[in-house]
Formats: sequence, C-alpha cells, structure tokens
Amino acid sequence: MSNRILQKSEPFLLLVFAMLAAMLLFAMFVAVLGQSPLAVYQLLYEGGFGSAFAWQNTLLRASPLILTGLAVAIPAQAGMVMIGGEGVLALGALLGAIAGLMLDGLPPLMVQSGILLAGMFAGACWSGISGWLRNYRGVNETISSLLLSYIGIALLNHFVEGPLKDPASLNKPSTRPLADSYMIGNLPGMDVHYGLLIGVVCALVAWLLLKYTTVGFSLRIVGGNPRAAMMAGLRVNRWIVLAAAAGGAAAGLAGAIEVAAVQGAASASVISGYGYAGILVAFLARQNPLAVIPVAILIGGINAAGGMLQRRLEMPDASVLVLQGIVFVLVLGSDTLRGRLFSKMEVPAGNVAMPVLTEGAK
Amino acid sequence: MKNSKFSSDRRKFLKSAGAIAAISAVGMPYMRNAMAADKLTVGAIYVGARNDYGYNQSHAQAVDFIRRMPGIKVVDEEKVPETIAVQKSMEAMIQQDGAKLIFATSFGYFNPHVLKMAEKYPDVRFAHCGGLWTEGKDPMNVGSFFGYIDECEYLNGVVAAHVTKSKKLGFIAAKPIPQVLRNINSFTLGAQSVNPAITTTVIFTGDWSMPVKEAEAANGLIDQGCDVLTCHVDGPKVIIETAEKRGVYSCGYHANQASLAPKGYLTGAEWDWATPYKMLVEATEAGKPMINFLRGGLKEGFVKMSPYGKAVPAKARKVADGIKSKMLKGDYVIFKGPIKDNTGKIVIEAGKSHGQQDVALEQMNYLVAGVVGKI
Repeated sequence: MSNRILQKSEPFLLLVFAMLAAMLLFAMFVAVLGQSPLAVYQLLYEGGFGSAFAWQNTLLRASPLILTGLAVAIPAQAGMVMIGGEGVLALGALLGAIAGLMLDGLPPLMVQSGILLAGMFAGACWSGISGWLRNYRGVNETISSLLLSYIGIALLNHFVEGPLKDPASLNKPSTRPLADSYMIGNLPGMDVHYGLLIGVVCALVAWLLLKYTTVGFSLRIVGGNPRAAMMAGLRVNRWIVLAAAAGGAAAGLAGAIEVAAVQGAASASVISGYGYAGILVAFLARQNPLAVIPVAILIGGINAAGGMLQRRLEMPDASVLVLQGIVFVLVLGSDTLRGRLFSKMEVPAGNVAMPVLTEGAK
Repeated sequence: MKNSKFSSDRRKFLKSAGAIAAISAVGMPYMRNAMAADKLTVGAIYVGARNDYGYNQSHAQAVDFIRRMPGIKVVDEEKVPETIAVQKSMEAMIQQDGAKLIFATSFGYFNPHVLKMAEKYPDVRFAHCGGLWTEGKDPMNVGSFFGYIDECEYLNGVVAAHVTKSKKLGFIAAKPIPQVLRNINSFTLGAQSVNPAITTTVIFTGDWSMPVKEAEAANGLIDQGCDVLTCHVDGPKVIIETAEKRGVYSCGYHANQASLAPKGYLTGAEWDWATPYKMLVEATEAGKPMINFLRGGLKEGFVKMSPYGKAVPAKARKVADGIKSKMLKGDYVIFKGPIKDNTGKIVIEAGKSHGQQDVALEQMNYLVAGVVGKI
C-alpha cells in the first residue's frame, strides 16, 4: 500500500528534489561569485514573493508566460514540438492592434473582444500552417514553426515601420495608439491586468478539455501513436492541425493582450522573449496545461526578483538566467530517474502510460 | 537495473542536497534593506547589458559617475525589456529602494511606460533619454535629455575621409528612423567636406541588437570595397572587431571601442552622459524643478570624441580639430543648404540652414546625396 503511495508521489518528489538540487547548485555558483547564498535567496524571495507589491510584480510578468507556455504545451499533446511562439505573438499583437483601430468607435467591450479574437485568429492561422505542413507535406514542425516565427517578426517590423506606422511615432515606429478607454484594465483591487485572468482561464480550460473529454483522449492517442489512432478511426490530420492552431491561438492572444493591456500599440517592443520563455515554461511543466500556471508564476517571480539582485547586490542580470538554466536542466534531467526512484519496487508495465504527456520532450 | 547503484547514489545525493537547502531556507535571517534616510536614491534602467561596448555602457558609465557623488545611492538594472517589466522595475525602485529620481535610458521606455509611472508617482522624477517630452502634454515630473551626437558623426566623417583609399565608406544602421538618418547624413557630409566624391554605403539590419547580421553586414561592406566602417546600433562590438580582423578602419559609436581595434580604430562619437546626469541629480538634491528639456552637444559636454587612433594622419587631426573648435564655440552648422537627397530632390534649399537645435532636423526622413542605400 505504501509502495503505491510512494510510486504515485514519485513525479512530485522528483520535481522537489530537482528544484532543491538546483537551488543548492545555484547557491554554490553564488558563493563562487563572492556573494552570500543566504542573502541571495532572501532577496529572491523578497523580490518575487515577499510582499503584495512583489506578488503583483510576479503575476504581471507571469501572465504572458502562461499563454506562451500553452502555445508549446497544447501542440505537445499531439506529439509536436512547436517553438515559434515569439513570432506568433508578434503577429497576434499586429492583428490585435489593427482590429483595435478598425473597430474604433464601438463600445470598449466590443473593441477589446475584437482585439483579442483577432490576435487569437492570427496566431491560430500562423501556427496552423506548421501543423498543416507537418501532416500534408512532411515538414518537421519544430523547424517550420521557428522559421515562421522569424517571418512573423519580420512582418510585424515591416508593417509598423511601413504601411501602418503612426507618423507621430518618429524614433519608435508603432501603429497608431489605442484610445485609453479601449485599454484592458486591472483586476479589481489589484495592479495586475485582466490578461492574467484570461491566461489562467485558458490554462484551466485546456487542462479540463485534455483530461476529462474525448478531445484530450483523442489528441493523446494521435500524439502517442498516429497509426493506432488512424486504425481507431480518428482523423489524425485534422487533430494535429487543430492542436497546432490552438497553441498558436494562445500565443496570438498573448500578443493581443500585450497591445491592449500594456503597450497600447503594436511595435517591436512586444518582441521581448515571451515566446521563447514559453518553451521553458512548457517543458518545466512537463507539457501539462495546469502545471503551466505555477511554473509561469515561478519564472515570473525569478524575473521580478532578478531586478532585486541587481539593485541590492549589483549582480548581473545573467545571474537569474543561470538559476533558470540550472532548474531547467535538472528538472528535465530528473526525468531519467522516473520509475527508478523507488527501484526496489517492481514497476508495473502499465505505469509507462505517462510518457504520452511528455511525448513532446523527445 | 543496470545502473541502479549509480541512481541510488544520485538519489542519496539529491536527498542530502535537498535537506541542506531546506535547512538553509528555513534558517534564513529575515533582514530588510536599511535605507539611509538622508541619501538621495537614484535608479537607472538599461535595455541592454551594462558592458555592451555601446549605448548601454555609455549610460552605465554616467551612472558610475553619479554613484561616486557624495550623498547619492544608486540602484540599477540591466536588460530590462520595453514591456511591463520597465514599469515594474521602476516601481520596484520606488517602492523597495525609495528612489526619487529614475533614469530611463531606452528610447522605447517613454510611451507608455515612463508616462504611466510618472502619473502614478508624481513625487518621483523621471529622466528619459531621448527627445520626447512635450510641454503641456506630458507630466512635469518627467524630463527628456539628449545629445547632438551628429556633430561627432560629422567629425568621424572628416577623419574617415582622410584615410579612405577606395573613397567608399560603410555604415551599418539599425532602423531608418530620424535619429539614425541624421547620423548617417552627418557622417557623409563630414566626409564630403573633405572630398565631395566620397560615398557612404548603408545597410540597415532591422533591429538595435543583431550581432550576427551586423557581422554579415560588415563583411558585406568590406567585400564591396568599403575601407572605413562605422555604425549606429546598440552594441558596435562585432562591427569594430570585424573591421579590425579584415584590416580596414573603423569609427566608433556610443562609447570608446578603441580597445577592440588597436590598429584600425580612428576615432569615435561618444556620449558623455555624466554631464546631464549630474545636472539632473543636482536639481533633484536642491529641490529645484525638474529639468524637462535638456539638450547639448560638444560645447555643452553631452558628447565627446574618442582620442585619435595611431592610424589617423596629422593632417586629418588638424582639419578635424579645426572644425571641432568651431563646434565648441557653437557656430558650426552641419545642415546648410543646398542639400539634395540621394534621389536628386532638394531637401534643404540654398541659403537655408538648420542649426543644431532646429526641430526640423528631428523629423529627418531622407538620405543625402552620396549615400548609397534606401530607406
């Protein structure tokens, strides 16, 4: 009986051990730099989670990462590794901004919905291309999503510096700004915009769909064994394109939220690494949409606290990147211990069902 | 299992490692940063790395200067992207460190980030590098400071013209925005003041920090026969290094890059931000109103030239120093008509001249004749 509990809790224990080992390694790194590890961890806590302000700082930084994390985690259910979130986000921002300008004059709620839907649509189309290419033309989706990402970024730059440039934005080429009344506001009583709530709801919906409905079941079969899925009568091609498009919609939504809640216009400023950070988030969350939420908050917190380390200890910005890197390597590395942590116990063959979720990590 | 011994060792290691980390986490002394009440806390944020041999380094140097002023405490953050992170970093400096004056050094920080924070914290001063503050529209606790670095670019051009053999100069630029175009044009006009036949070939990389593209562009320009390179990107490091490696000359930008190219570095257009930083800090300390609009060139000490490299001939030094002394007096005009753009259209009429502070120059949207390139 206790064996069962141990085996059930193994993934969680592995994660905890990996995190603690990462913290220890980072402490050694910090000590080599001549700083006190205790002071560093104290500041990391204080800067990321130590006060109401720190929490809001963390949540704001986490909110785009939830969506860009989903952009990787959802296609991963169908066995795809998509890494082009950055460019998809850029296009979502661009189309969102265009929608905002076209709908000018309508009531705010309609304009805001229009912006978000346009962003999702742009993202879904762009990522859908990768899904389509993979299925119908046999193009590797990792490569195609990355290359499409560069094209997306180039398109954003082209339009904000060319046809859609606001003449008033001389040295920072941007689209025309949205009116203040159309901007997405803050959650009641907080200094965090609604983008966080949207991200959390998306993650929850994705998780529920994948875990409790036939949609998720079908996707996992498609991802696990396309041939078997075909034999079972599933329309594999359609599922793969849909999963890619759904992921893209999440990244596009992140871009639209950046425009409607933060920047007020589309410009090169939205290309700030959220898409790439989303890859990290999704892999740390083992492609589980629910786990994307806490992981995004953790990364957001580390980023928020990184500023604190710079300001108080004059440590370089790269120090928190080192921490993120160590965490990433150790958490992924701990996968190799899976099923072996309590190796004296026989592992039933049935437990191997788990890798379906982590298919994307291959 | 084949490597069960190994994995059990690793498991033990992980367990003990975890225990140590847990103990240290619990036993952490809870300490707060003691803030000296009588010290003025100044914050600064940069979009790139402090030591990028370029734009961000030029600001970090000024921040180090401020740091050494008595009664000043400085907190700074590097690599802050132009997202919500700017707002939160500034707010953290205000809330967690008690900053009363914040230098927001990237152009893209201004709208909406600096404006939003300035509205939220009317008691804090925000000094933004760029030229954006508009009277009557923007909050009074915000100010813009900037330097007329095109004067130095002109001198770069004068020096470059003396050493080029191919009469072709190369310019690697980020984006065709007014500020960049003004530098390309000044550089070219400076070179043409020595020899009107000289051309400048421009390559736009598309963004402020693209080291790979910048290196490719540098090689491409050298392959086309350009024998002096300069640039307007955030970190000129790879361009200067590539020029040195390929045996051609280079002129620096933003900060001094002489150490990267001991043989071919001629001179460079450098910011001297310590001057405006000091003025803004002193105004804050004295409780005087925020300086909302602050500009200066060589004369005011906002920009400076790198010391001449050993490849610069005596004649070039003499000519450049002659023009520089006129600029230091404040009576040298770079944009003096007639000036044609590189499509043949007259952009500044004969007899008309735009002095340094003329705002018409800040809308620049052309490349002067002799520049090979398209916006």
